[in-house]
Amino acid sequence: QLKKVKKQKVLLMGKSGSGKSSMRSIIFSNYLARDTRRLGATIDIDLSHVKFLGNLTLNLWDCGGQEAFMENYLSQQRAHVFSNVGVLIYVFDIESRDVERDLATYVNIVSALVQYSREAKIFVLIHKMDLIQPMTREDVFEHRAVLVRRKTSEAVAIVHKQTPSAASTPPDTPPNLQLFATSIWDQSLYKAWASIIHDLVPNLSVIETQLASLGLAIDADEILLFERTSFLVVSKWTSREGERNPYGDRFERMSNILKSWKHTCSKYTGTPRNAEQFSDFEYKMGTTFSMFATKFTTNTYILVCMPPGEARFNSAKLNVAAARPWFKFLDGPAVPTQTGVAAAVGTPDG
Amino acid sequence: KVPDPTTPQTKGRPRLLLMGQRRSGKSSISSVVFHKLPPSETLFLESTARIQKDSLNSFMEFQVWDFPGQIDIFDNPNFTFDMDAIFGEIGALIWVIDAQDDYLEAVARLNATILHLHRSYPHINIEVFIHKVDGLSDDYRLDIQRDVTIRIQDELSDQGVENAPVNFHLTSIYNHSIFEAFSKVIQKLIPRLGQLEAMLTNLCRTCRFEKAYLFDVNTKIYIATDNTPEDMASYEICSDYVDVIIDFTEVYGSWPRSDQWRDRLEAEPWTQQLDDQVACEWAESGMVLADARRPIMLREVDRFLALVAIMKEGSYDKMPQINMNVDVVVKGLIEFFEITKPKDVVGTVQGGLVSPGLVQG
Ligand SMILES: Nc1nc2c(ncn2[C@@H]2O[C@H](COP(=O)(O)OP(=O)(O)OP(=O)(O)O)[C@@H](O)[C@H]2O)c(=O)[nH]1
Ligand SMILES: Nc1nc2c(ncn2[C@@H]2O[C@H](COP(=O)(O)OP(=O)(O)O)[C@@H](O)[C@H]2O)c(=O)[nH]1
Ligand SMILES: [Mg+2]
Repeated sequence: QLKKVKKQKVLLMGKSGSGKSSMRSIIFSNYLARDTRRLGATIDIDLSHVKFLGNLTLNLWDCGGQEAFMENYLSQQRAHVFSNVGVLIYVFDIESRDVERDLATYVNIVSALVQYSREAKIFVLIHKMDLIQPMTREDVFEHRAVLVRRKTSEAVAIVHKQTPSAASTPPDTPPNLQLFATSIWDQSLYKAWASIIHDLVPNLSVIETQLASLGLAIDADEILLFERTSFLVVSKWTSREGERNPYGDRFERMSNILKSWKHTCSKYTGTPRNAEQFSDFEYKMGTTFSMFATKFTTNTYILVCMPPGEARFNSAKLNVAAARPWFKFLDGPAVPTQTGVAAAVGTPDG
Repeated sequence: KVPDPTTPQTKGRPRLLLMGQRRSGKSSISSVVFHKLPPSETLFLESTARIQKDSLNSFMEFQVWDFPGQIDIFDNPNFTFDMDAIFGEIGALIWVIDAQDDYLEAVARLNATILHLHRSYPHINIEVFIHKVDGLSDDYRLDIQRDVTIRIQDELSDQGVENAPVNFHLTSIYNHSIFEAFSKVIQKLIPRLGQLEAMLTNLCRTCRFEKAYLFDVNTKIYIATDNTPEDMASYEICSDYVDVIIDFTEVYGSWPRSDQWRDRLEAEPWTQQLDDQVACEWAESGMVLADARRPIMLREVDRFLALVAIMKEGSYDKMPQINMNVDVVVKGLIEFFEITKPKDVVGTVQGGLVSPGLVQG
């Protein structure tokens, strides 16, 4: 049984100027990285409802980070802001001079979150990594990550002390914390945000099962399913051979490539960036591999990477088209009666 | 006159010299265009202390020499430069001026350089890159260009020099302009460019293409286009398409598949070698733009070159016929470059079928 539309409250917090609104605008509103220079500071809370696929709505609370606002969230608006939160995304500006103070604020925010939404997931983005020398990025990130993990545990511990009923569960590192190094100037942004939405997508296991049967049936090496506006990877399937691919960052890389290609097309055609920009991509690289990407369901694009061969390629394209109805549920809460793609897939007729 | 076999062969091996003030952006330019450095990372480049020589093995072998800004090669108290060694085989001198900075001194030095060169090497093309124009308004850019041009021409005619081969380009590493400018510079160095252009013009006519470019894949410099009017927008989308293909190629095409994989693909029900299963041994790609359903296509020519074209709307259905025409032109292009290439290079080009230039990423 497939669930109805799911709503998720997502808090976006961090110091003013750390890059929250920039990221949100790039991922969900098709801004270019350089357009973000025009964004003004967010006043209080900027609420937006992002429809992601047909059956997930993100209620994105972009919380302006100036000190006065932050204090207000922690006091007057505390219950209002921190109740029913599904995900907290906390952004640290790596260039910030006052690390101690940033961490202290972070501890207060996490405490409030744990108090009102114990189950919420926490994503910490160490942001503007492009400003760090490429050689030292990893070290700088690791160093900061250690601090953040420690502070998160401290925050959780504080809350546990205050609410004795919960004291029985040991307040070690909370399992719900994930950290990412990000920059709006490269693909790292897509890696972080794909992880954030990944756990929120309803019916994920159904999607994964169907992709796997499609992949096996058409003899693909890799299939990626992208959300249509953000080009975040919703789900993916990789064959045994495909797992040998040494490029571990390829998923966020594909998001980045296709999204910037979309911008190129929009500039060329003069149509709005949010409009659909391309369909039917094919690339055959001799005897090495073939791939195609196409509009799949209303809300998704599909990219298929496969072994070379004309006949194999043509039959895969037909079969992907035939498999569309089995992914219809991605477009809305309507409940399909069957699952599985096997019926749609014939044997290669090459 | 019999050529001396010991002197290096200069034909087809031109040299580009990058000169200009310190921090004007010379190293950034050569890193972005020739080494694919992301523009934002040029912030971390160190100042160049000595002449940086790069050899680029591409469709044509050429060298790029990046000069440190603080060295004045004509008036150096510590060291006398061998002028023939520097300017003897030159293809073009690229002088970089930082448009966001005070450029009077740069212009003065450029003038002195032109005058020096004019005496001994009057045929050197002088290409002035008015650089870092990102962030400047269109009007302001043109003002600067006008100002620089006048300052140079006045000085030259005061010195009795007329018609010096000086050209101006507005450039930035943050957009396509730097690649466009290099394209123009390089095209002047290609022997029989007209013939190449005619081939592309012909292709556009027979296939109803709007615009076709022949790209050097590694640098995204276009070395020829058809004779329709210049069009920055078409160049940009074609160049970005090359980027897309390079990225896909690197991620999915640059690592070896296992023997089991190949065995399985060649077994039942296909029972055919992979080579016989594919229609084309070269990289080929197409995509339909949603707007008016105009397709864009790419076809690899050899290890270094790719043909990219924007087609007229609705031509996607005629792809098989178009591909045949493209095949013919590609054969012609390969022949063209075999004749132009020095002999030793021809061998490697033909042996390079299995690892196309797209892989080098
Ligand atoms: N170098 C660099 N600059 C960034 C990055 N992300 C955002 N910025 C810049 O940081 C500035 C502030 O970004 P915003 O997104 O408005 O900051 P904010 O967190 O929403 O700030 P408040 O709304 O006041 O809380 C903008 O000029 C962005 O262009 C990044 O990854 N690298
Ligand atoms: N805004 C802008 N900055 C640039 C551009 N090209 C280079 N720069 C910057 O100018 C500075 C000096 O560049 P560099 O290449 O080291 O100068 P060089 O001494 O001439 O080799 C670097 O910080 C570059 O990032 C450009 O097109 N636009
Ligand atoms: Mg903001």
